[in-house]
Amino acid sequence: MSISVTFPAKRETLKDLKAGDIVSISGTIYAARDAAHKKIIALIDKGLPLPFEIRDQAIYYVGPCPEKPGQVIGSCGPTTSGRMDSYTPKLIELGLSGMIGKGERSATVKKAALEHGTIYFGCTGGAGALLSRSVISSEVIAFPELGAEAVRKLCVKDFPAIVVIDSFGNNLYEIGREKYKAFT
Amino acid sequence: MKKITEKQIIDVIKEMCIQTNCCLNTDVSDALETSYENEISETGKEILNQLVINAKIAGSEMIPICQDTGMVVCFVEIGQDVFVEGSLEDAINEGVRRGYSEGFLRKSVVSDPILRENTGDNTPAVIHYQIVSGDSLKISILPKGFGSENMSALKMLTPSQGIEGIIDFVLETCSNAGPNPCPPIIVGVGIGGTMEKSAILAKKSLLRKIGVSNPLPHIAELEKTLLSETNKLGIGPGGLGGITTALAVNIEIYPTHIAGLPVSVNISCHATRHLEVEL
Repeated sequence: MSISVTFPAKRETLKDLKAGDIVSISGTIYAARDAAHKKIIALIDKGLPLPFEIRDQAIYYVGPCPEKPGQVIGSCGPTTSGRMDSYTPKLIELGLSGMIGKGERSATVKKAALEHGTIYFGCTGGAGALLSRSVISSEVIAFPELGAEAVRKLCVKDFPAIVVIDSFGNNLYEIGREKYKAFT
Repeated sequence: MKKITEKQIIDVIKEMCIQTNCCLNTDVSDALETSYENEISETGKEILNQLVINAKIAGSEMIPICQDTGMVVCFVEIGQDVFVEGSLEDAINEGVRRGYSEGFLRKSVVSDPILRENTGDNTPAVIHYQIVSGDSLKISILPKGFGSENMSALKMLTPSQGIEGIIDFVLETCSNAGPNPCPPIIVGVGIGGTMEKSAILAKKSLLRKIGVSNPLPHIAELEKTLLSETNKLGIGPGGLGGITTALAVNIEIYPTHIAGLPVSVNISCHATRHLEVEL
């Protein structure tokens, strides 16, 4: 059974999630990857308005395929989160409550997430066709010149994910790997 | 002398780009289904199940298996008795351009690695040419996603490090890659030649079907050992733990220098996509 999570979400409402919990994400999440992160951080540094309020939001690291006629969005699986690590602590400080992607995070991101109670969710890399079915609407809200890397506001329903790093700092990548190393 | 037109090349490249990005090769889908049966981690099973369903959706709706539709790598074997009318390279890139546009595939190529401006049409492709005897033109395409490409590595070992050194380096690379390259992975290994030759061999080995071993018995044995050892790393499907970390380890070798043992490891994701055509 999966646990329902709705974004935007206050961090307090996410603190009981445990690494390994299967979740269904609904509500509004924001798509942003490498180039968009760079631009968002530049705006923060200059004290300029951001494409969306960071507090209580979740960022999904994704650069979707173009949608075919009649499609809401093209294939849209996660990209490797680690490439956003140098930008992420600042967003966590601004109140980011969820991150959705795939792959390990840096020690600095993990420390910031633990300190502030930001949850890291994983979804299945390479399952972009399947994941596109959970996106109800998609709208480019900033940096359209970036093409696939533009910031999008996504409305999702029952988007399948798993808690990778919980509010206590437990990390499913480490736990899972350790567990199955035993089966050698 | 056999004449091949630019149009023939453009058309096949375009079709192959769309086809391979949307329809998972049956050797890979069979391997995913077998892994689903064998996997002991419940989470791992769930991930494999999602991948099987994902491939079915992608194939039936002709939408990309993965949003990272890759940078196109082409291996071209051109017979000495083939005459290509016009520019072969331009024709390949035009095929890529049309395939990525008409197939609604993601354009992921930047024109300059420092300035990083998107070329807007996923060109240029990376093309490796080989001139062979005969009158046929064989083109293999392999759109390569960078989640896995980024986890690849090359090392110039010394001859004394031998098989043990090779095994350590391949396992270290797969272990460092962890969840990033979208496991279960396919591991391409190039051994020998020079620095760049080993890297090209590693890439080329990814064109091989899952379940087919290197014809040399000692290399086939090494592939078997490496596959078994990689699957003991515990990384599992999606990197969330399990016994299915790799679906295959493919090795290609080439003669090398008395002083060297170059080894390249090119990691590819579970959606390893490739097609080939002979004109």
